[in-house]
Amino acid sequence: MAPGIALSSADRRVWLIIGAIIFAGLVTIPLSQQVFGLRLTYTVRVVALGGSILGVISGVLGCFAVLRQESLLGDALSHAALPGVAIAFLLAGRELSVLLIGAGIASWLGLRMVAAILNTTRIKQDTALGIVLVSWFAAGIALLAYIQAIPDASQAGLDHFIFGQAAAIIERDVTLVSGVGLAVLLFIALFWKEFKLVTFDAEFAGANGFRVGLINTVLSTLIVITIVLGLQLAGVILMVGMLIAPGIAARQWTHKLDQMVILAAVFGAFSGGVGAVISALDSDIPTGPMIIVVAFGLVLLSITLAPERGLLWRRLSQRANRRRFAAQNTLRDIYRYALSHGGADSLAPADFIRGVGDRSAELGLRQLRAAGQAAPGDGGWRLTESGIQQARQIARNERLWDMYRLYAHELELPILQEVRQVDIASVLPAAAVKQLESKLQEVDDSA
Amino acid sequence: MSIAMPDHSHGVHAADSARLALAVDDLTVAYNEKPAIWDIDLAVPEGVLMGVVGPNGAGKSTLIKAVLNLIPRAAGAVSFYGKPYERARSLVGYVPQRGSVDWDFPTSVLDVVTMGLYGKLGWFRRPGKRERELALHALDQVGLVDFADRQISQLSGGQQQRTFLARALVQDAQIYFMDEPFSAVDAVTENAIVGILQALNKRGKTVLVVHHDLQTVAQYFDWVTLLNVEVIASGLTSEVFTPENLRRTYGGRVSYLHAANGDA
Repeated sequence: MAPGIALSSADRRVWLIIGAIIFAGLVTIPLSQQVFGLRLTYTVRVVALGGSILGVISGVLGCFAVLRQESLLGDALSHAALPGVAIAFLLAGRELSVLLIGAGIASWLGLRMVAAILNTTRIKQDTALGIVLVSWFAAGIALLAYIQAIPDASQAGLDHFIFGQAAAIIERDVTLVSGVGLAVLLFIALFWKEFKLVTFDAEFAGANGFRVGLINTVLSTLIVITIVLGLQLAGVILMVGMLIAPGIAARQWTHKLDQMVILAAVFGAFSGGVGAVISALDSDIPTGPMIIVVAFGLVLLSITLAPERGLLWRRLSQRANRRRFAAQNTLRDIYRYALSHGGADSLAPADFIRGVGDRSAELGLRQLRAAGQAAPGDGGWRLTESGIQQARQIARNERLWDMYRLYAHELELPILQEVRQVDIASVLPAAAVKQLESKLQEVDDSA
Repeated sequence: MSIAMPDHSHGVHAADSARLALAVDDLTVAYNEKPAIWDIDLAVPEGVLMGVVGPNGAGKSTLIKAVLNLIPRAAGAVSFYGKPYERARSLVGYVPQRGSVDWDFPTSVLDVVTMGLYGKLGWFRRPGKRERELALHALDQVGLVDFADRQISQLSGGQQQRTFLARALVQDAQIYFMDEPFSAVDAVTENAIVGILQALNKRGKTVLVVHHDLQTVAQYFDWVTLLNVEVIASGLTSEVFTPENLRRTYGGRVSYLHAANGDA
């Protein structure tokens, strides 16, 4: 488990996933043409492009929302945008950029309101978020109902902002989203170091002279802008899903922030593109829910399959460990018994082995037999040549751990968690193992 | 009195106060109208290794955070080596409580230590090769150089603490503030950390440590501040760390008093 090698294989895995998702995305679209008879009209292509671009932006920003544990804040902010859409429409008519500016202002005021509640009252954060989410959303719904009642406004389709509607997207909208989105991503690239530091440890950032309040405000504003860009497509209710799902999925595959952000961008592009295309097939399918279904499909896959964090992976590695430890312990028990009863290759009675090892003994014996390290006979088990060698190695490893426990401090070795079943040479540098070995030699010589 | 007068005794005095690593005047911090720390005066000379002790809720962490400008002060002034915090930032290193961050954050040990250099880099500039080497050197000092590429979620509590310590070392500060670096670490790690603190101290650095274990105060620290909302006593451990002062700090309900008796 040399760190260099282990790391590069983890890195390779991440890039593999990124490649696979891009490939899947690129294949799905032409394939759907063949299989489902979907005609890739100009409209559908625009929608797919818009969905993907939005997915990239929300995937990137969503990573920060997830890591800052601000998913619910994102939800409150997207709900808070609705009255802004309605008021902008009443003031200036149905022009997307105007509606989005209205949405942005409302959402940003919602953000300030959460902060104001937290600063001036003793209300806790979850309650503050609930207050803002519900009150602004209710105001938005009421305003929309009012607008619907105005004779020539009923066709404006503002209710699309609730669940999102891909079919309503035109090329100009995509240009707008791309332009603003690019600026947002540029900000992330410029302030990468600052955003990372403040997200990880705001106190330390403050003590180092970074203006934490300012950086937080910029980051929150970027998240608001991202939410607003996605409203037409995903809708105020489900936009938060598009924001956080790619980040959650990406987090399962990697331990590095930069990889997580890139992976989230790819996951976001896939969900946004595929979800938007599916919903464009029929104007009755709302886009928001469709994108979220795809995105959370990726989340489900990730939390099941991802190495280290995935449920399946953890289950399998636990099983493998249980088997390995059982085999090691049983081997050690037989070896010790044999040594004190005539020699390494003497017979250890089956009753003794089961008595000492309990239920894991059976598991251990099966493994040892399969590995050719122990063989049954005469009502007991005998170690084979390779079994004896293995047992000697295990015993030596345990003694090295003993030396480590006694002399780690004196030798100034790195401090490790003592897992004695683990080969000490795999967790300590070679030079340190040498030192322990010579200590062991000294002890043996003086004995 | 004329300031320009070359008065010998005043000259010595001025030199003394210029050598103060930290001077705190009338510092008060209040949460919800109730003072968390009250009217704190502290004079910490350069090069001391000082423990800050007091009961739970005495305001030990609050004192450090207020001194570092991390929380608003209701009143008071703070200076480092005679300068206000804004101009002394590069002189100050900080080790927050280990529990204050999410250790599942996707980053490596080396990356966390490099964060100690972000302040010096300033806006926009990215850490490069030089920063990497400095960070590795700091990791070497805390015995974690083999863990540089480890993910921080895989660290034990003691290793997390030493990662934070390395991040402070890389700041190459003159005065260090450490918030409970010994909390929930094993004895081996505690010894390792004490070794690092003493090494810093030998190089003339000033170190303030929020500490819990009264048994080890006299052994670890040459200076001590006893705090319970107000400063009860502050000075040389041998003079200040007395049963009488401990009783005034803890309200007489401490069993450690016997230990302190033995030391005194």
